[in-house]
Amino acid sequence: MFETLSDRLYGIFENMGHKGRLTEQDVDEAMREVRRALLEADVNFKVVRNFVSAVRERAVGEEVLKAVTPAQQVIAIVNEELIKILGSERVPLESASQPPTVIMLVGLQGSGKTTHIAKLAKHLRDEGQSPMLVAADVYRPAAIDQLHTLGRQIDMPVYSEPEEGDPVKIAWNGIRAAKDRSATVVLVDTAGRLQIDERMMTELVDLTERISPTETLLVADAMTGQEAVSVAETFHERLKLTGLILTKMDGDARGGAALSIRSVVGVPIKFIGTGENVDALEPFYPDRLAGRILGMGDVVSLVERAQQQMTEEDSHKLEEKVLEGRFNLEDFLSQLQQLKQMGPLSQILEMIPGIGQAMRQSNVQITDDQYKHVEAMIYSMTPDERRHPDIIKPSRRKRIAAGSGTSSDQVNQMLNQFRQMQKMMSQMGQMGGGGGKKRGGGLRSLLGGGGNPLGGMSEADLEQMMGGAGMSGGMPEGLPGGLPGSSGGGRSGGGQGSSTQLQPKHANKRKKKKRSKGKKR
Amino acid sequence: MIFSRLFKRQAEPDPQVEAGLKKARRGIFQDIVKLFERSEITEDLYEDLESLLIQADLGVETTVELLDNLRDRIRREGIKLPTDAREALRTEMIALLHHATKNRKIKIYQRGVPFVTLVVGVNGTGKTTTIAKLARYHQKQGRSVMVVAGDTFRAAAIEQLKIWGERLGVPVMAHEPNSDPGAVVFDGMQAAHNRNIDILLVDTAGRLHTKHNLMEELKKIRRIMQRHVEAAPQEVLLVIDATTGQNGLSQARHFSEAVEITDIAIAKLDGTAKGGIAFAIARELGTPISYIGTGEKFDDMAEFTPETYVDGLFFGDDEE
Repeated sequence: MFETLSDRLYGIFENMGHKGRLTEQDVDEAMREVRRALLEADVNFKVVRNFVSAVRERAVGEEVLKAVTPAQQVIAIVNEELIKILGSERVPLESASQPPTVIMLVGLQGSGKTTHIAKLAKHLRDEGQSPMLVAADVYRPAAIDQLHTLGRQIDMPVYSEPEEGDPVKIAWNGIRAAKDRSATVVLVDTAGRLQIDERMMTELVDLTERISPTETLLVADAMTGQEAVSVAETFHERLKLTGLILTKMDGDARGGAALSIRSVVGVPIKFIGTGENVDALEPFYPDRLAGRILGMGDVVSLVERAQQQMTEEDSHKLEEKVLEGRFNLEDFLSQLQQLKQMGPLSQILEMIPGIGQAMRQSNVQITDDQYKHVEAMIYSMTPDERRHPDIIKPSRRKRIAAGSGTSSDQVNQMLNQFRQMQKMMSQMGQMGGGGGKKRGGGLRSLLGGGGNPLGGMSEADLEQMMGGAGMSGGMPEGLPGGLPGSSGGGRSGGGQGSSTQLQPKHANKRKKKKRSKGKKR
Repeated sequence: MIFSRLFKRQAEPDPQVEAGLKKARRGIFQDIVKLFERSEITEDLYEDLESLLIQADLGVETTVELLDNLRDRIRREGIKLPTDAREALRTEMIALLHHATKNRKIKIYQRGVPFVTLVVGVNGTGKTTTIAKLARYHQKQGRSVMVVAGDTFRAAAIEQLKIWGERLGVPVMAHEPNSDPGAVVFDGMQAAHNRNIDILLVDTAGRLHTKHNLMEELKKIRRIMQRHVEAAPQEVLLVIDATTGQNGLSQARHFSEAVEITDIAIAKLDGTAKGGIAFAIARELGTPISYIGTGEKFDDMAEFTPETYVDGLFFGDDEE
């Protein structure tokens, strides 16, 4: 399986010791690994070539700062350059000077256009717009039905003409209907098409000329291979794209296609799709994708999700408990439940640098079922036992095992892990001292064995990797343990402005949302 | 095309495959053929070949291995002429793809026992279209076909399948949207039995291979099938989009772990200049590749064979 780039680079530099400057030889060896990592992430071959030579030029001769290792230095440069290509800041959707704003989604078959029309509509309504959907995919069987169904789900009007075969007419009439209803945004769904299908591409050109959309967004599958560039190039040549939506990012695709498209075609990535739910749309942040393409995890997204789940008050209480060593199984249970609300465990863990890789290497499958066992065990305890786990002796253990459908051994194992976690937490608490901001435990201990999955990396290392100062001060209060706390002293590398991006406006809005709702499978 | 004529074709051409791979042939593979017009075999040639193979989505490791094998063969056979080297490349590519066919099981269709094909894959790879093509294929062989609308999740997926069913004259077993896919599969199995259906094609909702619960759901569907017919599903077909990059490997790996994929279909080959993921899958996993989708019409499907696939990439009648 994939090894992360950072691991490989650490491996290369391990034997080189500490040097004053990066030599040509160091850099060349590192660049081979960078190249490989990018190609495995499906970044376009030519883009990789240019990228590697740019990084190489910058890295050779660069002084290795005292605080970091050569590997970290190279990673920081690679990361910064990646972010540079991906676009240093977020580009929001344009709106027309005179409403309605027309947004058209185009792309290959199966990239996720129809689903994303619905997601986008919902997102825009949350921002106070009044959207209307137009079903202009007249080719795929039941595409119109699909849009209607989605429209009903999010309670939004859908314009369609089932008997009309001309998408240009439908779109035009749809926009007129939107004006009549004083909708502020019209979202036009189009049929999936191959960029080499001349007839279909001409149809899109006609459509564009007729409705002159404010935004023409290419919907692209994150799993696309080397082909991504020619797809995007052709669509851009014909239609003048204004942005990109990268879909299916909830899987394990690295999303190198996005880097290729951004670099060759130059259109900004505006959103990423992270699931089948109508809520699963997130604004795009270059630094996060950079980390993902390199296989360095995505701490920032994780932090943001955690923020949505926990109020400040909760986190203060927890912090106190941790510091005072009063963290008990009841707290653990509520932590587990919050963690669960952040999304599937496997997905969360994947975002933490090092952990995703450690899991793949050791072939550990951490499933949400395992949560359930732990939950069941705690539920089978009396309140007294939860608060004072030390009173759990063999007979109680037996009862708990019977009540939770587990074995005595399993209960024992869980309790041991919990104790280790407690111990680690109180140590972290003491270390953190003054600011009282450091904490750790939860997530790491959940992985069992109490081993540190971050493998001897210091917090400074992690900060370095994640783009330097970006993380400083940005860690949320009360993130369920285990994540590197903020220490503020990191070298200010890339990460420009990501600390401000940690608090997007909509984050608060999303806080109240119930994640469990809406998807029944 | 002149240079492709130089390349000796060995397998009988399959027009379907050739048409589907037209774009691939004109893109990367044409460039590969051109490489061998040089006067001698140099290190540059290997390097350029490496870059082209990576651009065809073969992936770094597969490309490196293919090149190693090619060098070996050239050394072993004392090849000096680039045209002979090109022939050696073709041989090595075919050999690589044989990893993806040697494990293929012979399909046994028995009268009175429905042959069940469970069709799985990530979202948007072309499962429903592949099912329509399979239905058509079996109809042509004189088999009775029924389709089960097991994608109860995606909006209007059931309607889409029903429309295909009507066009093909194939009965479609369907339940309400958002109902339990296991239930409709159960009914489909029963109906197939009662109506003496030869082939039962079961559609499923697209799912990312990283979603544990959804993969468990597939296992459950399989268990339900086995309650009716012990050998079912006789075919577990993973549909992969031909434009997929290296993630295709991860898909094949995860789906195989969950439901023991017996066959892979590579869909939408007509849209890509690459199709190299077939080589990467063959090398790393050896999961049998059985079908390729070459267009949007019912009949645009062909059996995958290493020879026609490789030749399809390099040859074909592209008179323009």
